[in-house]
Amino acid sequence: MANYSTNEFKGGLKIMMDGEPCSILENEMVKPGKGQAFNRVRIRKLISGKVLEKTFKSGESVEGADVMDTDLAYLYTDGEFWHFMNNETFEQIAADEKALGDTVKWLVENDVCTITLWNGSPIAVAAPNFVELEITETDPGLKGDTAGTGGKPATLSTGAVVRVPLFVQIGEVIKVDTRNGEYVSRVK
Amino acid sequence: MSIDLWQPSAQVNTLAQRATILRAIREFFYQRQVMEVETPSLSSASVTDVHLASFKTQFIGPGYAQGLPLYLQTSPEFAMKRLLAAGSGAIYQICKAFRNEEAGNHHNPEFTMLEWYRPGFDEFSLMDEMDELIQLILNVQPAKRLTYQQVFEQALGIDPLTATIAQLQNIACEQGFADIAKHETHRDTLLQLLFCMKVEPTIGQDKPCFVYHFPASQAALASICEHDTRVAGRFELYYQNMELANGFNELTNAQEQAKRFNDDNVYRNANNLTAVPIDTRLIAALEHGLPQCAGVALGIDRLVMLATDKNSIKEVIAFDVERA
Repeated sequence: MANYSTNEFKGGLKIMMDGEPCSILENEMVKPGKGQAFNRVRIRKLISGKVLEKTFKSGESVEGADVMDTDLAYLYTDGEFWHFMNNETFEQIAADEKALGDTVKWLVENDVCTITLWNGSPIAVAAPNFVELEITETDPGLKGDTAGTGGKPATLSTGAVVRVPLFVQIGEVIKVDTRNGEYVSRVK
Repeated sequence: MSIDLWQPSAQVNTLAQRATILRAIREFFYQRQVMEVETPSLSSASVTDVHLASFKTQFIGPGYAQGLPLYLQTSPEFAMKRLLAAGSGAIYQICKAFRNEEAGNHHNPEFTMLEWYRPGFDEFSLMDEMDELIQLILNVQPAKRLTYQQVFEQALGIDPLTATIAQLQNIACEQGFADIAKHETHRDTLLQLLFCMKVEPTIGQDKPCFVYHFPASQAALASICEHDTRVAGRFELYYQNMELANGFNELTNAQEQAKRFNDDNVYRNANNLTAVPIDTRLIAALEHGLPQCAGVALGIDRLVMLATDKNSIKEVIAFDVERA
């Protein structure tokens, strides 16, 4: 894998840090008028998800990380692995619980997810921004109360719990934003 | 070239505020009978400072069929000192300065600099005058003054003038810079790392702050203090995480100046940096006689950022490097 100098740093660049692939979020040059330049970089560790700040001496190089994102459709889980398929090549990849993380609660069969591969192995899975899921459990709402009370919790078919308006009932399919876990609308 | 970047990076009303500030600065110096001058942007010599990178080009034309190498100036300092040696008296300049390898929220490879020189002033009387200008433009309280030693002691509890390299490395490691510090044996690099990352954020927040008496090893073109040769007559101005200005009680000794330039080039040759031709005309001017004076350079773009409450330099210049 190539090395990158600080001049190549930019948002999205994948580099190795403490043995873990990382993605650069922000890069800022800090330089006194008379003196050494530094790069202050915000980095997300791609396996642990931790965000940290790191300072480099400008002109230094760091090892790049062989990380790529690929869009794959979710097929099924066998309990240990979650299986995804490339819809064009039909190639399949299995991701473990660690790679799935919280995304497991947003997985819908045939939905296309973004799988992050490091040296060919999945290390992270991101669900589509919006998914449609059925409500399996929620308190019956009060008729006529449409908004403003903060809603009620509803459990979805995947086990995810989201807050929904009081008028939404068991058996209905709702659209959820997976980035913040918020209810968007009912799906007719 | 991407055509969707044709529009300015600054809003037009910000550029109008900038124009008003430039006018106020010129009026300030007019009232004080400091003469406005213009000096070359292109010169056959440039700074040797190991942390500055000049743009290089060449003139081809009458008399120079083979090409005359020229450097875009990183500051107008050398030419202005030649004017002072020629008897100009107090002078100021507002001009573009050019620095390669610099871009970011506080940096653009070409930027606008205000530089002025006061014969007969020392660094303290120049700080007084600068303070008045800053109060006028930014409508702030008089600046605080702290020595380089004091700000380090306040922020990190160490004396930057006596601390050993090992102590500086330890403190940098404790502060989260182990990757840099554990292999770094250059004293000034460690001091600059700690100053930028840990000291600067603690000073000049509610009002501007002058830091003076920088270590002699970071004197640049300042004279060494007679009362304490560990420090130089160099000061900087900070306000709200912005380095605004750098000033010197100017070095007038030609031999010492030539030695510092040579030392820089020795360092450059030893560290994979290209040596830069020494400005022998500046040395000749110093030999002729530079009046005892103090001078300071202030970043106009950063001043406008503070005056207009902007976070990035591109918001106060018409076209940043991405749009140039």
